[in-house]
Amino acid sequence: MTQSVVIQVGQCGNQIGCCFWDLVLREHAAVNQKGIYDEAISSFFRNVDTRVIGDGGSISKGKIRSLKARAVLIDMEEGVVNEILQGPLRDVFDSKQLITDISGSGNNWAVGHKVFGSLYQEKILEKLRKSAEHCDCLQCFFIIHSMGGGTGSGLGTFLLKVLEDEFPEVYRFVTSVYPSGEDDVITSPYNSILAMKELNEHADCVLPIDNQSLFDIISKIDLMVNSGKLGKTVKPKSLITSNAGAFKKQQRRPFDAMNNIVANLLLNLTSSARFEGSLNMDINEISMNLVPFPQLHYLVSSLTPLYTLADINVPPRRLDQMFSDAFSKDHQLIQADPKHSLYLACALMVRGNVQVSDLRRNIERLKPSLQFVSWNQEGWKTSLCSVPPVGHSHSLLALANNTCVKPTFVELRERFMRLYKKKAHLHHYLQVEGMEESCFTEAVSSLSALIQEYSQLDATKSMPVEDIPRLSVAV
Amino acid sequence: MSIVTVQLGQCGNQIGFEVFDTLFSDSHSSQGLCSKKENEAYQASCKERFFREEENGVPIARAVLVDMEPKVINQTLSKAARSGQWKYGEHACFCQKQGSGNNWAYGYSVHGPRNEESIMNLIQKEVEKCDSLSGFFIIMSIAGGTGSGLGAFITQNLQDQYSNSLRMNQIIWPYGTGEVIVQNYNSILTLSHLYRSSDALLVHENDAVHKICAKLMNIKQISFSDINQVLAHQLGSVFQPTYSEEGSFHYRRNPLEGFKDPALYTSWLEPDTAFNVWKTQRAFNRYEKSAALVSNSQFLIRPLDMIVGKAWNMFASKAYIHQYTKFGIEEEDFLDSFTLLEQVVSSYSNI
Repeated sequence: MTQSVVIQVGQCGNQIGCCFWDLVLREHAAVNQKGIYDEAISSFFRNVDTRVIGDGGSISKGKIRSLKARAVLIDMEEGVVNEILQGPLRDVFDSKQLITDISGSGNNWAVGHKVFGSLYQEKILEKLRKSAEHCDCLQCFFIIHSMGGGTGSGLGTFLLKVLEDEFPEVYRFVTSVYPSGEDDVITSPYNSILAMKELNEHADCVLPIDNQSLFDIISKIDLMVNSGKLGKTVKPKSLITSNAGAFKKQQRRPFDAMNNIVANLLLNLTSSARFEGSLNMDINEISMNLVPFPQLHYLVSSLTPLYTLADINVPPRRLDQMFSDAFSKDHQLIQADPKHSLYLACALMVRGNVQVSDLRRNIERLKPSLQFVSWNQEGWKTSLCSVPPVGHSHSLLALANNTCVKPTFVELRERFMRLYKKKAHLHHYLQVEGMEESCFTEAVSSLSALIQEYSQLDATKSMPVEDIPRLSVAV
Repeated sequence: MSIVTVQLGQCGNQIGFEVFDTLFSDSHSSQGLCSKKENEAYQASCKERFFREEENGVPIARAVLVDMEPKVINQTLSKAARSGQWKYGEHACFCQKQGSGNNWAYGYSVHGPRNEESIMNLIQKEVEKCDSLSGFFIIMSIAGGTGSGLGAFITQNLQDQYSNSLRMNQIIWPYGTGEVIVQNYNSILTLSHLYRSSDALLVHENDAVHKICAKLMNIKQISFSDINQVLAHQLGSVFQPTYSEEGSFHYRRNPLEGFKDPALYTSWLEPDTAFNVWKTQRAFNRYEKSAALVSNSQFLIRPLDMIVGKAWNMFASKAYIHQYTKFGIEEEDFLDSFTLLEQVVSSYSNI
């Protein structure tokens, strides 16, 4: 089995990361009743004897002593990381795997990328090499960051080039939180576009997330929970927004609920690689099946169900509802409507008590209402993992390579152009060494080229599927 | 005459387990209409073909388990051990840490050469434990990365190293509406390579077996376990030892048998040699009477044509090709495969 390392960068990245580690610990605790350090846990955790000073404490088998997350925490301000290190998860993180500074990036991509990038390059490499050494077979780096700020956006994308050069065989999966329309950071369009160029060129796979979508999902859940509809109660642990400590009525931080949704995304993405099932799906299969051309690597995700009712009888109708929901625009983690756009590829990752016949029935049922590109008319990738998430009997993660990402990019470009035309705030960037106007123009070109690719694909939507003449051979 | 089974990838290993389980429980189930002596001869023949004896009496499957990641093999080994009735050899498996990622090129060009020696050694060891080897039974899917790519590689190696032994490949044809998006690419690459190195391809389509479960067996929520059990049952009955023409108590050990539908005779084949009947009195696996049909017919044209069509369509747009060229499978390799398979389709159509 392989291991993965999570690199959480900036305030957003670290807060989401923190939620992720909370949930993944809970998940493994629920599955691993005997406390034995097995291959599933080793994918995200090391087993360490903390009495041993220095580096020799790793234990590869036997009982769990002390679990250390395979994580690198990076932030150019100390506040968030300090809070994590003083919170309930403090023992999970290896204090040597942090990189912090005090001044912050000032919501400036150039400061994050150029200034802190060069300042901390060696240190970053050192921490990454250490994490890799602790892995038997490192398969993937998961980078979590936001696009709109300075550290996550700038330093987070600087990292991608470093990873590509230093570990070319290891996958780079990036979870990027895009700024929504009402973002309070004025320069977020600049930061996002500059970061997009890096994602285009150095990421294997990007999972874009939108704060507005997360917010809408939470509102939906609150409505369900509080409406007392149907007289049934919702199982608290099953809420996609709940954290592990949900039973205690603690004061929740404002973004916790939203961050938990993203944490669940990462959990479900890796479940079929960690746990057994009748049709496994490893992380390298995600890229292989969902990325038909290297530049088109943006995947829209949706998670269902958002909660489970306390009623244990789950008739097939409810199961089918889960599949339908996965394609509705209300369940997508970015503002997108995949049903009315063109699919290049689609993956359905199912967990729990679901069998191949349920999968087939639902694919047949939903297929007619979806449009697939002409050369991939039946482009479905499926997986069945036997272990459901905590609090659920089954769940579904749908990943779509779909042209419905285009509007997000187009809007981002529009917001960028509104600022750039007036040269607003540009001097903050240009005064950083290594930054020139060409950085901006190249970044916009890169994004425009991407948008153009999606537009060309969209144009094929209404065209009839032509049969390409086959090879004729002499017998 | 023994058969060494090579189980490759998730599919190969999951099915392999069900096959051995079925064969074992069949040889120990009720004997039906035959006599005790017949039953004993049948049991001995079955056992020797697929199992070897261990000191404490638990038979060991003559099998080599290969996968590029450990989860499925671990599960398969423990399921067999749990039954307490038969098991796999202790050192009969070969595993790596990272799977083939549904990439035929990775299975064939990377995992193949890298692990060739170890895997062939493992097979050699198993072969040495046979008194006389009749051939290899290779179980693999054609849609994924390990079963398909590494499977093609290993079959070729077996052809080079054991050219006098039979190589029969059990290939699993994927569902038409995708389990793997690049399944059509993987399938055509596999088929074109196996065509040159395998002696017989036994085909099972997931769609067909699924229909059997749904319509004939009325299973409501069909799982892969159900599908694999039906498959194993079919395979088991194909491998039943049968009477030979020499004497009534002498079991013939040739693995290939079957009835052939008279309607399929071609003009250049004598009806006598084309149609073979193999009989046995002994009941199979709790059924008093059963029949297995193995045919070489035109039934394969339509699925093959469909897969070649879809793969060609995708190839024309060059989608996913970069994932294969990354590991040394170039566009020419694809074209070679397409050419060969179009010829196969033509040949079958012109019968």
